[in-house]
Amino acid sequence: MNIVLEVLLSVLIVTGALFTFIGSLGLARLRDFYTRLHGPTKGTTLGVGCLLIASSIFFSSQGDGLSLHEVLITLFLFITAPISAHLLAKSALHLKVESLVPLPDEAIARKNSQHKPYQTLD
Amino acid sequence: MQRLLPHPLLTIILAIIWLLLSNSIALGQAALGLLLGWAIPFFALQFWPDKLKVHKPLTLLKFSYILLHDIVEANFIVALRILGKPEKLRPAFIVVPIDLNSDFGMSILANTSCLTPGSLSALLAPDRKSILMHAMDVEDVDAFIHTVKTRYEKPLKEIFEE
Repeated sequence: MNIVLEVLLSVLIVTGALFTFIGSLGLARLRDFYTRLHGPTKGTTLGVGCLLIASSIFFSSQGDGLSLHEVLITLFLFITAPISAHLLAKSALHLKVESLVPLPDEAIARKNSQHKPYQTLD
Repeated sequence: MQRLLPHPLLTIILAIIWLLLSNSIALGQAALGLLLGWAIPFFALQFWPDKLKVHKPLTLLKFSYILLHDIVEANFIVALRILGKPEKLRPAFIVVPIDLNSDFGMSILANTSCLTPGSLSALLAPDRKSILMHAMDVEDVDAFIHTVKTRYEKPLKEIFEE
């Protein structure tokens, strides 16, 4: 493996690790449940993305042909991260978890507890 | 046609996913992928009662580009906010009215809003006329709603509904 490739891969891996770390750091630094959700859902997509690009380039350069199933991990991540965040936020609203700002209209939450299943997005 | 091939688009997407999973483009794998892509929609039919149609493929392409750009941008913004002063953030719950009618469009909008800078979908109103979003740091609520509506909702409406 030549030196250019090695440097490129190292940069990608370090950047990826950095973003993933900052995303997780958000859990400790941010101040309420709802803002904490933002860190891991957004801060990590680029982090994991960089790691996966690095993995894809590395395995493609090993001579076994193009390695693309990393794309799938990215895809699944993009689908699952927002859904878990949505569900966490929704249950937090339902349980009236404390927030820095006033919680939205109680009416929405109350109506929500009565609605039929399969009516919402999840 | 409709009964034999309920979701042509889904079939193609599933076949591509299968090829990516098996990490090869051998003819056999392609055939197997198409077979799976044809069979799986029958079992998933109940979850997809509406017919999925992409009206403007070009807009979809443009939308994907905007989305990718925003996702990268969102990562930087959120990283900076985490490293900056969390006390200074102005989080807010915002009700964003939506005009989308299709389930799929709404799901994509809620999903997108979560990957883009500073917002998170929290609740879909029971009457399906608005989505409750949580924003991490918002200065102007109206500007936020305007961005969501023009940047994400409008193209989605064009792609899936018009």
